[in-house]
Amino acid sequence: MGSSSSSRNKIPNAQELMDQTGFSSAHLLRLYDRFECLDRDNRGYLRQDTVDFSSFVRILAHFRPTDRNRNKEGTQQELPNSRTRKLKFAFQLYDLDRDGKISREELLQVLRAMLGLQVTEEQLQSIAERAIQEADLDKDDAISFDEFKKSLEKVDIDTKMSIGFLK
Amino acid sequence: MLPLGLMLLLLPAAAADLPGTGSPPLRGPGLGFSPPVPASPSAPPLLLPQPGAEYGAPGVALARSAAEEPTGTGEEEDPGEHDHHHGGGYRVVQWEWSYVQTPYIIAIWLLVASVAKICKCVSVCVFVSQHLKFTLSAIKGDSWCLFPPLLLFSGLNKIASFKTGNFLLLLCCPVSSYFSRAPADEHVQAEMLDFLLFGALISAVDPVAVLAVFEEVHVNETLFIIVFGESLVNDAVTVVLYKVYISFVEVGAENVQTADYFKGVASFLIVSIGGTMVGLIFAVILGFITRFTKKVRIIEPLLVFLMVYLAYLTAELFSLSAILSMTFCGIGANKYVEANISQKSRTTVKYTMKTLASIAETIIFIFLGISAVDKSKWAWDTGLVSCTLVFIFIFRAVGVVGQTWVLNRFRLVPLEKIDQVVMSYGGLRGAVAFALVVLLDGEQVKAKDYFVATTIVVVFFTVMFQGLTIKPLVKWLKVPRATNRKPTINEEIHERAFDHILTAVEDIAGLQGYHHWRDKWEQFDKNYLSKLLLRKSVYRKSELWEAYQKINIRDAISVIDQGGNVLTSARLSLPSMASRASFPEVTNVTNYLRENGSGVCLDLQVIDNIPGAKVEEDMETHHVLAGNLYKPRRRYQSHYSRHFMPLGEQERQDREVFQRNMRSRMETFKSTRYKRHKKERSLKKRRGSDVKEDGSDKPRRNVSWQDKDPVVVPVETEDKAEHSDPEKDEDVGITFIARKAETPKQRPKSVPAALEGCQIPLLPPPPPAPPSPPPASSSPTSEDSHLPWKGSLGSPPPCVSLEATKIIPVDLQQAWNQSISSLESISSPPAPAEPVHPRVSALSRLGGPRPASYTPPGSAAGSTFSIGPQVSQGSFLFPDKKKEEEEEEEDPPGPLLPPPPPPSSAPSSGRRRTPCVYLRSLVTSPPPEPHSRGPTQL
Repeated sequence: MGSSSSSRNKIPNAQELMDQTGFSSAHLLRLYDRFECLDRDNRGYLRQDTVDFSSFVRILAHFRPTDRNRNKEGTQQELPNSRTRKLKFAFQLYDLDRDGKISREELLQVLRAMLGLQVTEEQLQSIAERAIQEADLDKDDAISFDEFKKSLEKVDIDTKMSIGFLK
Repeated sequence: MLPLGLMLLLLPAAAADLPGTGSPPLRGPGLGFSPPVPASPSAPPLLLPQPGAEYGAPGVALARSAAEEPTGTGEEEDPGEHDHHHGGGYRVVQWEWSYVQTPYIIAIWLLVASVAKICKCVSVCVFVSQHLKFTLSAIKGDSWCLFPPLLLFSGLNKIASFKTGNFLLLLCCPVSSYFSRAPADEHVQAEMLDFLLFGALISAVDPVAVLAVFEEVHVNETLFIIVFGESLVNDAVTVVLYKVYISFVEVGAENVQTADYFKGVASFLIVSIGGTMVGLIFAVILGFITRFTKKVRIIEPLLVFLMVYLAYLTAELFSLSAILSMTFCGIGANKYVEANISQKSRTTVKYTMKTLASIAETIIFIFLGISAVDKSKWAWDTGLVSCTLVFIFIFRAVGVVGQTWVLNRFRLVPLEKIDQVVMSYGGLRGAVAFALVVLLDGEQVKAKDYFVATTIVVVFFTVMFQGLTIKPLVKWLKVPRATNRKPTINEEIHERAFDHILTAVEDIAGLQGYHHWRDKWEQFDKNYLSKLLLRKSVYRKSELWEAYQKINIRDAISVIDQGGNVLTSARLSLPSMASRASFPEVTNVTNYLRENGSGVCLDLQVIDNIPGAKVEEDMETHHVLAGNLYKPRRRYQSHYSRHFMPLGEQERQDREVFQRNMRSRMETFKSTRYKRHKKERSLKKRRGSDVKEDGSDKPRRNVSWQDKDPVVVPVETEDKAEHSDPEKDEDVGITFIARKAETPKQRPKSVPAALEGCQIPLLPPPPPAPPSPPPASSSPTSEDSHLPWKGSLGSPPPCVSLEATKIIPVDLQQAWNQSISSLESISSPPAPAEPVHPRVSALSRLGGPRPASYTPPGSAAGSTFSIGPQVSQGSFLFPDKKKEEEEEEEDPPGPLLPPPPPPSSAPSSGRRRTPCVYLRSLVTSPPPEPHSRGPTQL
């Protein structure tokens, strides 16, 4: 996919991106190809000028697997693929109104989108109800990020929220 | 033997059904098939390539020996008649009909019968193949039940690479052992080819052993799947290689042509892929059939076994990898079948599989043990044995490390050193190796005996030593263990969401990774497969919803286990809560009724006064049950909270039994008396309430409460008393009435006879003719009728216990207060107009007896028969005592039981008449008599 001719020079501030995201230059090239492929009008932006290449890369960087063997952590504290950042990303997808909490409505919307027509509305309601009940520690009827994190404490986020970008 | 018999029974039918094909199998089990027991070394290798000419021929053994004759490179020209492509010394695919003939026909016949049964028919039969390889299949079949297919899906790539890795291993191992052998000894006559053969069979990790050991160890899922999956897929590798080598050996090393090697490799691919395909095809068929078994649940397990078995046989028929085919049949059908069949069938399948597996496993190890002891079967060679032991270990480790190195380049989460150690240490050899080595043909492979000995040692060593030490090793290495934790709903939701997110991101990033394909597969599954293979009812369900339900059920169970304490805090509404919740509701309703009722019929009794025939019937049933059954709640308690229950439980049950016995004994004495007594009482009550209604509202409430309360109390003495306990003190008046009113009827039945014994003598004379005739003849009974069981429902389960006894005194005192006052009023020349009177007297009657100790008010009144003499007056000195003291008095009710009856029975006889006659005069038609035994005992 994409032309292999694209060189690193074409990518704006490539080095900075590599540092920030931990992607290798090969990854970056690959992603740039993809980006050009998606950017049909060649405007350098996706989705009504909101996403340029660097944000595109930064978002995708959330899904880079955590490297266990190469200990890069010393150099940079918060790579986007840390556990918290991954969780934060997922949390933001739930948190539609960006108030820092997943309300029942938001959860329901996500569930509806996920389950589609398979489930009746009442079933959705009860699932959401239950989920909130379970995660909601401070009884405000919504899931805050901390609660979200807590409820996923035992899940191997590193595995579940990573994509094997080819090396 | 049993299965054989079953088969024989079955076969005539089969023969009848399929006249054409039926006859060969008839002879099969009897003659051709059962004798060649696989374990016997003389049995020719069953996997030998056989000329196609033999298919359909009944004489299996003959054909097989014939099959061995054509050796040499020219073989491919020899059997010209078969229609299957085969060439060189080795045929890639063969038709093995005669080999699987008998079981196949039986299985097909069973299948036909089952399908027919879906459209109505009957046939149930069980058969276990008498073939060792078939027994093995049972073990393998076990695996599908516990194998989460999705995980396997994710693990497949690793397994696949391991498979190939193992292939290399299979080559290394024998080669090195060959060279190691060379200097060691000369009396083992074996060539390179033989050693390759031996290497093929010895290096296969055995699924059974691995399953057994790793299940015990509880390593984490990844590790388990890799090791177990590897060993499962090993079958293809091992068996294929084994076949290849054995045909080479047969042909003779010098005759093997180059082409044959390639054919060997090709057959390896064909065998494994073909086996998988066969399995998947059968999986689809199985899923499709189980979709229609809603009406005939009983054949579901049979179908499952049958189809898996057929998959096995079919694969064997085409000399494909049978175990692979079974495994994939199971894995493929897992999702659909599990959803289609009923819970019971699922359990049946699971446990039958487990049982069969353990049986088969045991059999294999018995064989192993026997041949280990039987010296004629093997020949010892120290060099060979020790070298093999060392080399299989070394090469396993080398193989694992090498493969994980390659694998880790592609893995998201790399396998760590510890995993590698466990993986190499977990390479257990087991039954497969043993079965294969035993099946070797001693003629062809001269060193067979040595091989057998070595295999036995290896199996013993790996299973016994490594199997036993792997657990400490895993602990020592701190391998991450599998957690038994069940996911919470949040985790379920979010993980699903993550999957979606990742799929989307992969899409955006233009990668076609794991999630991409998985999503593709899920779409395909949803759109086509599930529609085809799942019932409509099941198809609609969502997995998340099921997970939700499962979590709820689990919660409910744990709540029950913990005695229901969690409920309030968790805000859960569970069916078990209903009882607790219903109580306040009931009271509310009654309150409401009472509040809103007209002045005349405010009383509950009147309101409830519309008995249907059904209600009465129910009531009667209820009383019979209440009187004769032990309290179920007690059983629940002992059952559910077995682990939490203190020692006291047993005693309580004993006590209940004791009390029941006493009660029933007494009841035989008292039943008639008390029946009459009851009628009278109810009459009085009615009158009382009527009278009350004239008065102001307030007093009425109190009175009615007082009136009924005593009645209730005895009823509840044993079990339900607790709930009344707390309410007693605060004067909940009205609320209480509602409950109490329900119980009076129940009481007579279930109340300890002892109480009645006391009561009757105490009876005050029926009050002077009540002014108002009873409104309806049946009113008292009906009033009782609706309520008693409802009331008992309302009582929360946990109340049963020891506290029950406490209550009596409480009630007693209430009653006592009432009765005292009433008695005083009675003793003074009664003012007939006084409304309190009749009721109070009833009260005294009821309340009085409970404390045998208390001086009967009746004696004070003078008109009543006095029970006084045998009662000690001391014990109940302070009627006004409050709770603190009541607790001390817990005991009285128990001890009371035995003494009262004698005095009461004799003296009361005279008295009894009066109320009865009186009643009859009052009541136009006798109230429906719920107690069947009452009249007869009069």
